[in-house]
Amino acid sequence: MGSVLADVLVVIALVGALALVHRPLGDHMAAVYSSDKHLRVERWIYRSVGADPDAEMRWPVYLRGVLAFSAVSVLFLYVLQRVQDKLPLSLGFEPISPDQAFDTAASFVSNTNWQSYSGETAMGHVTQTMGLAVQNFVSAAVGMAVAVALVRGFARSRTGELGNFWADLVRGTTRVLIPISVVAAVILIACGAVQNFGDIHHITTLTGQKQAISPGAVASQEAIKDLGTNGGGYFNANSAHPFENPDGFTNWLEVFLLLVIPFSLPRTFGKMVGDVRQGLAIVAAMGAIWFAGVIAVTWLEYAHPGTASQLAGGAMEGKEQRFGPGNSSLFAVSTTMTSTGSVDSFHDSFSGLSGGVLLLGMMLGEIAPGGTGSGLYGMLIMAVIAVFIAGLMVGRTPEYLGKKIGSREMKLAACYILVTPALVLVGTGLAMALGKGRSSMTNVGAHGFSEVLYAYTSASNNNGSAFAGFAANTEYHNTMLGLCMLLGRFLPMVFVLALAGSLAAQRPVPATAGTLRTEKPLFTGLLVGSILIITGLTFFPALALGPLAEGLA
Amino acid sequence: MNNSLVNLGRTTWAALRMLLVLTVVTGIAYPLLVTGIGQAAFHDKANGSITEVDGRAVGSRLIGQSWNIEGTDKPDPRWFQPRPSHSDYDPLATGSSQLGADDARLVKAVEEAKQQVAEFNGVPASKVPADAVTGSSSAIDPDISPAYARLQIDRVARANGLPRARVQELVKRHTDGRTAGFLGEPHVNVLDLNIALKELARK
Repeated sequence: MGSVLADVLVVIALVGALALVHRPLGDHMAAVYSSDKHLRVERWIYRSVGADPDAEMRWPVYLRGVLAFSAVSVLFLYVLQRVQDKLPLSLGFEPISPDQAFDTAASFVSNTNWQSYSGETAMGHVTQTMGLAVQNFVSAAVGMAVAVALVRGFARSRTGELGNFWADLVRGTTRVLIPISVVAAVILIACGAVQNFGDIHHITTLTGQKQAISPGAVASQEAIKDLGTNGGGYFNANSAHPFENPDGFTNWLEVFLLLVIPFSLPRTFGKMVGDVRQGLAIVAAMGAIWFAGVIAVTWLEYAHPGTASQLAGGAMEGKEQRFGPGNSSLFAVSTTMTSTGSVDSFHDSFSGLSGGVLLLGMMLGEIAPGGTGSGLYGMLIMAVIAVFIAGLMVGRTPEYLGKKIGSREMKLAACYILVTPALVLVGTGLAMALGKGRSSMTNVGAHGFSEVLYAYTSASNNNGSAFAGFAANTEYHNTMLGLCMLLGRFLPMVFVLALAGSLAAQRPVPATAGTLRTEKPLFTGLLVGSILIITGLTFFPALALGPLAEGLA
Repeated sequence: MNNSLVNLGRTTWAALRMLLVLTVVTGIAYPLLVTGIGQAAFHDKANGSITEVDGRAVGSRLIGQSWNIEGTDKPDPRWFQPRPSHSDYDPLATGSSQLGADDARLVKAVEEAKQQVAEFNGVPASKVPADAVTGSSSAIDPDISPAYARLQIDRVARANGLPRARVQELVKRHTDGRTAGFLGEPHVNVLDLNIALKELARK
């Protein structure tokens, strides 16, 4: 079988599996977040925390829970890294420096998982499993909770109540993330991913050379890192490391894991607002953009423009033999468009235009299909904006799902879509102006600029992948990227929850003949168009200086 | 004001306890459960797929190795050679060159590698496949392409004094297709192949 045909089958199998799973999983999540029953372990959790899981929260209270939980998480993870030399099972590693510990704490709590360290020589067993992996779970659960709160805003009327943050946080973890992770982790081990708490294994090879084989609870972290669209690799090479991603099947499984919740949540949304076709329109927009990205990058990587790739006869620099250009491209697009950021190949060595597509995937705001939870709420904000644009065209007050999109709602949506572009462009601009960008580049010229742009885009959109030639472990970048990650995560959440509160308080407007049918393909088209126009207008100049200049040169 | 401060304090206290409890669940119970299952059901794989020869561990079949002449940076003609590695196959320094597809340094590295592989194996440079002249993303890629393995058959057979057909047979046997016929790319595991080669040469 030829490589291209095999790659087509890989994508067909993936889309088929997602189509098969999104209904039961989407329905399950809708049931989880709507149920009034508590599991025994959940009751134990609420009791030991002293939280009442049945108390309804208005948006400021919900937000306070999100922020307080995330703040203590940053603090806890920071301290854990700073004292790691005193912890057991630390493999003799030093404590992490203050700026890098802040950067890493901000990174994992904001679901970014940007890494300015190398796992295999920096983080001991306890930091990995009790610090980093815990945030893989809970930061994803926080994202899902906020998404569900927004959905409740659409679904409920004449109440300001959005549910209970503690219950949403716990249920997402215990009933969605943990069960899938356990199954996925065991499958990964069966395929060769390591899972142990051993020491570094020193062996002597047949040629008499010494080699150090890394230990680690890798499979358990790999599963949730993909499922929770986190992306922080156990090792520096991330999912290119054979212990994280041993073969062609695990590669497919990992892509499936990082797409499965984001592509299933629209079904949950449809279920909760009482019309699954509304979810279908959303998921169609997500899928269309993702699919176009996969086609573009796969085609470019097979065509392998670029002097070095042409000379080599293939775009294999920074790619593993067992994956090749096709499987690597699929992973790259899926990881950048889901806010995951794990990599099975290094994006810095992709062709200039491929790098541009990957950048664009993040610049869309991580909504196609986006991160666990954050993808859905990001896309719903874009839907609000699309409805508004349509309303302007016909001159009526826009409404979405029976809720008026008035000036308060539009202000909040507009603030939401301004946050990340502002962080990306100001962050990149500052780094370049202060010379901090230039001194961290590995590559030169337009590609070097792309490294800086990629770093600030990735951090602000909570992706976490990198043009990894960028030397991020400096005091300046650790601090600035850490701030971008926190602001890029939590400011939008403020606007989302405020919007949810204002929607939930409204009385529903009955649909009339003049209401825009948001469950129809026409709306999906309008939505995709709005996303592309808004992102294009915002980022075209920056893209022209980096990947476009490089790719079209 | 006072009231909201009290609320904030109460929420933060609950948040801290929630984090600790969830750390117990997801940071201790979850990895221990997975480790328990993994160690019981897939002991060798969970511990790194370590390969032994004559009862001695010689590597992991998932982690690529250098097959240079000991103490030099020269490839040993008796062994099948892996892809170029950014870290010389040190698993404690995984990662790649990060050079862009147009970068002059990468062009130079590819040019040199191409010439070296062609000379070393006595083939024209046009026959050298892409994986032989590019660094992987992990720097410890355990595999090479079937084309690169085939390219090395003559040289390996000659250096070990083995008949070409036997070595060719060996490469064929160690060429792994795509998983399930369509997932991933065909590849040859260099450690497995070289261990089999050693067996063959010993006979």
